[in-house]
Amino acid sequence: MIREQRVVDPEHLLFESPREQVFITGSEAVAEAIKRANVDMAIAYPITPQSESMHLVGDLFANGYLKDYYRAENEFAVMAAIHGAALGGGRVFTATSGPGTLRAMEMFPVWAGSRQPIVCAFMCRGVALPPSIQPENIEMAMLLDTGMMMFHAENAQDFFDMILKAYVITENTDVHLPVGVFADGFFVTHTRDRVMLPPEDIKLPAYDSGRAPVPAFDMETPPIRIVRDPLLNKSNFISFAANASWHQEILAAAERAKKYIHRYLGGLLETENPGAKILLAASGTAVSQCREALKVLQAQGIDAGLIKIKSIRPFPANEIVAATAQADLIVVPEFNAGGWLAREIKAALNNNERVVGGPRVFGGMTMPTELIVNEVQNALSTRPALNRKQ
Amino acid sequence: MSTKIITPVEEFADLLPKEYQDLVAQGPFFEKKRVEDLGTFKEIIEEHPHCAGCGVSLGIRLAVAALPAPEDTIIIGTPGCSFFGLVQTAVNYSNTAFGNQNAVASGLKRMLQIRFPHQHKDVVVLVGDGGIADIGLDLTLHSWFRREKITTIMVDNEVYGNTGGQESGMTVQGQILNMAPTGKKFPKVPVFEMAKVSGCVYGARVTVASPRKLGRVVSNAILIARELGPTYVQIYAPCPTNLKFPPNQTIKVAKEAEKDYYAFEEFMTDEVAGYLKRQEEKKED
Repeated sequence: MIREQRVVDPEHLLFESPREQVFITGSEAVAEAIKRANVDMAIAYPITPQSESMHLVGDLFANGYLKDYYRAENEFAVMAAIHGAALGGGRVFTATSGPGTLRAMEMFPVWAGSRQPIVCAFMCRGVALPPSIQPENIEMAMLLDTGMMMFHAENAQDFFDMILKAYVITENTDVHLPVGVFADGFFVTHTRDRVMLPPEDIKLPAYDSGRAPVPAFDMETPPIRIVRDPLLNKSNFISFAANASWHQEILAAAERAKKYIHRYLGGLLETENPGAKILLAASGTAVSQCREALKVLQAQGIDAGLIKIKSIRPFPANEIVAATAQADLIVVPEFNAGGWLAREIKAALNNNERVVGGPRVFGGMTMPTELIVNEVQNALSTRPALNRKQ
Repeated sequence: MSTKIITPVEEFADLLPKEYQDLVAQGPFFEKKRVEDLGTFKEIIEEHPHCAGCGVSLGIRLAVAALPAPEDTIIIGTPGCSFFGLVQTAVNYSNTAFGNQNAVASGLKRMLQIRFPHQHKDVVVLVGDGGIADIGLDLTLHSWFRREKITTIMVDNEVYGNTGGQESGMTVQGQILNMAPTGKKFPKVPVFEMAKVSGCVYGARVTVASPRKLGRVVSNAILIARELGPTYVQIYAPCPTNLKFPPNQTIKVAKEAEKDYYAFEEFMTDEVAGYLKRQEEKKED
């Protein structure tokens, strides 16, 4: 039995329909998004802290919201089967976490290379060794150059909106790239939060494979012979040029996605008190901690602002340059040991000695507000020039 | 698909390559051809760069000539020698990551069933021995456990050919190859036997030296997979380049193997036996 839902224009579903407040977990927010996303098929494999969301997606299948769903044998198989299903010309969804992400790694560049608008949620967690199921987002660093678009949710509301909007953004003919929607595991997935939801009796229009820039694998969409030559194995200029231009096209598709990210996510980043000389720059739940730290800093008479980076790929390099033009200090708190976000920001900026990469917590540690405040105060005390400007 | 999909509009017809025009005019789409008809129609496989005497290329040629409905067949592969011929076939062919073929085929078949509930779309996995017996063994077995309605065909050349002649799980015990400098230490992986106990409703083991038999079992396997469950065909396709025999001896080597460890074998469930019997009766009518 397919539940009766009315297909509506994405603009109506995302922006115009009245929303009601509910108090739900991030995992439940994922299911609420999929309920309205008109997904044909989802494939699941258990891993903490992702599992609950895919249980709930399974319940959606049982209630007729999806046309197919199964538990596969491991994450590589999940991502391969999702690839196959997307080749078949329908809308798909899956999700994973930490070690599952790494196990499936070979498939992510394949998704991008085959221009598939797959949406995959990542409930980030630590990776071995030592083993940890706790929140940490180092896996995002490993996905930065897979060709996938990457959105980082701060909370359950973001997680809901970004998953739904990911389909609308990527299914444009000039985009068609996989989208990873990331949330920090447990903090977002296993806590309840207020989320504003549109009605559950409306859904997105079905995916139209006829609008894809590459033909569906259904023997109905010309050209039937899709691969003419084994380019991969030919060592000649045409082979190299074809491969390189395809890579460039994937990067260009992400650039072209920016206009849709602006329209649907309200920009690749958001700022708060952007004129301040001291800025905190973060993504994911670190943003929420930064909001608290801002209150403390401002109470201490320190004028500080915030940059929330929502789109990690494409990366808002120009926007960050603009947002930090007046800043003397940019502190980048992160939930991982590698500091990938600080590296990205440093790479985008001139005068990047202004960037302080920290605080960094990992292995499941929380990020108390004091850590961020201390980082700012340390930077101010060791940089007399900054202090004078304050 | 309908004939419209491949038929060019009049204005463009003479601009298309000769091989495409031949495919439209004399190809196997919409008119069932068999291995026995080879030489009388334009095959869907085009010129390819396989080595002289390649057993795999012959196995692929015979298998695709036996497709019951090439106009509605999608072939899923994995990187390796089989890639060279298969990318030159006039069907949708996907070849992505190593050993993932049966998972890709599972997702694809299910999506095509969603999108075309009243039409048969044959999803056929056609890969080498390494792809099935080694790197993709778990995904292959699980697609059978799940009873996915796909056909899996192994072209078994008993070696990793494309990477330069290394031992595979299907190499015979004792064979000296790269990465087996003192000879392989264990027997061939019993994939055919595994298929019997893992959910395949039909299986056949043949060699490229028996083309008619090969064509019959491939065609049956695909028709059965549409209706009843996963099917498996294992084709012995010896490799002159890496097994170091003259390229004009491929059929002879395959014939010898048929008398020995690669004898023809077929298994089927009672349900399949009944289905095949009904098909035979239909033909006689």
